[in-house]
Amino acid sequence: MDAHQSAAANHPAPALDPHFAHHVRRYLYVFYALIFGTLITVGASYIPWGNREINIGVALFIAVCKASLVAGYFMHLISERKMVYGIMAFTAFFFIGLMFLTLGALNDFPRHTITH
Amino acid sequence: MDIPYTVEARPDTGLYNAKVGIWLFLASEVMLFGALFSSYILLRVGSQEGYWPHGWLNIPLGTANTLVLITSSITTVMAWASLKMNQFNRFKLFHACTICLALVFVCIKSYEYHDKFTHYSVSLADGNMADGHLIEKSPDFDLAHKTGFVVLHGQKLELAGKSAEARDIEMRKVNDLHSPEARGVHLEEVKIPAAQIASMESYGPWHNTYTAIYFTLTGLHALHVIAGALVIGFLWGPGSKLWRTDPERFTNRIEISGLFWHFVDLVWIFLFPVLYLL
Repeated sequence: MDAHQSAAANHPAPALDPHFAHHVRRYLYVFYALIFGTLITVGASYIPWGNREINIGVALFIAVCKASLVAGYFMHLISERKMVYGIMAFTAFFFIGLMFLTLGALNDFPRHTITH
Repeated sequence: MDIPYTVEARPDTGLYNAKVGIWLFLASEVMLFGALFSSYILLRVGSQEGYWPHGWLNIPLGTANTLVLITSSITTVMAWASLKMNQFNRFKLFHACTICLALVFVCIKSYEYHDKFTHYSVSLADGNMADGHLIEKSPDFDLAHKTGFVVLHGQKLELAGKSAEARDIEMRKVNDLHSPEARGVHLEEVKIPAAQIASMESYGPWHNTYTAIYFTLTGLHALHVIAGALVIGFLWGPGSKLWRTDPERFTNRIEISGLFWHFVDLVWIFLFPVLYLL
């Protein structure tokens, strides 16, 4: 046992969870899923879906799934306190608003613009 | 003076204070990257049909960097889990891996940036163009005085005297590397005397809208990687002394730095397909 560990042993240890090994196993499954998701994303980008919008949709769908895994398990959002959910809900509202503002602006043209 | 609620949860929030702080900070980060992502969408969708570059980035390198960041995320969460299980040595090992992986990410990104900064687009005096990586610049090369020469590993584009439509098709050889025109290109050494060069510029952020948003997004993300690695490096090194005196507080610090690191990974999960694949 090194100096750090022996010193730590003299102090109250962090709240130990006897079932933590179970969490570790779950983190590993998420890790494998993320690796798989990355490979699928790259593979799917080479598939000629016939329409670029489908390519974009597939890539973004996989990205959202991967992001959900990271946020849910690695960042523990799946079992967080209400306060964190509140902050994130507030952020999500404005984030989605920001994206819709962009979409809404796509058909805006300066006055006198000639469009064909 | 004791800072309150560094370990125990505040009764009203149910969280220790640093956790509320990091989530508020991450909320502001979401809006920062969100603004840049929405700018990207607007620029891309608003670009003229056929003018948005495709295939300019190295997919194997981007994939490698994605795998590097994902792996660093698992080492980060395992470092925190090790402390939860009172295994300090394992924490040290996992976070040493995190720091090494962060360095690998930055090295790969630097290589990609270097590739762009040595890639030149040259407008020739006769109305044609040359495009490729700079492999030699003569010692007396001076564009202002028209002396010397450059050698590119790339191609010449015949644009002079062609119609706008024919020029667009020719430009696909550099704009859309997935196009049939680009696939048929055989790259070779192109020697260009300075006297024939009207202007030349590298594929830096100034080159076009695509490189501007690419460097802005990935540059900001790389800064986050570097900042996160510095924080984790501090907590791995001198900052880890806290484990001896207050292990729970130290574990919380690792959780907070981990939350930031996972966010950085999360941003890359979107940046990779958007910039490299689509």
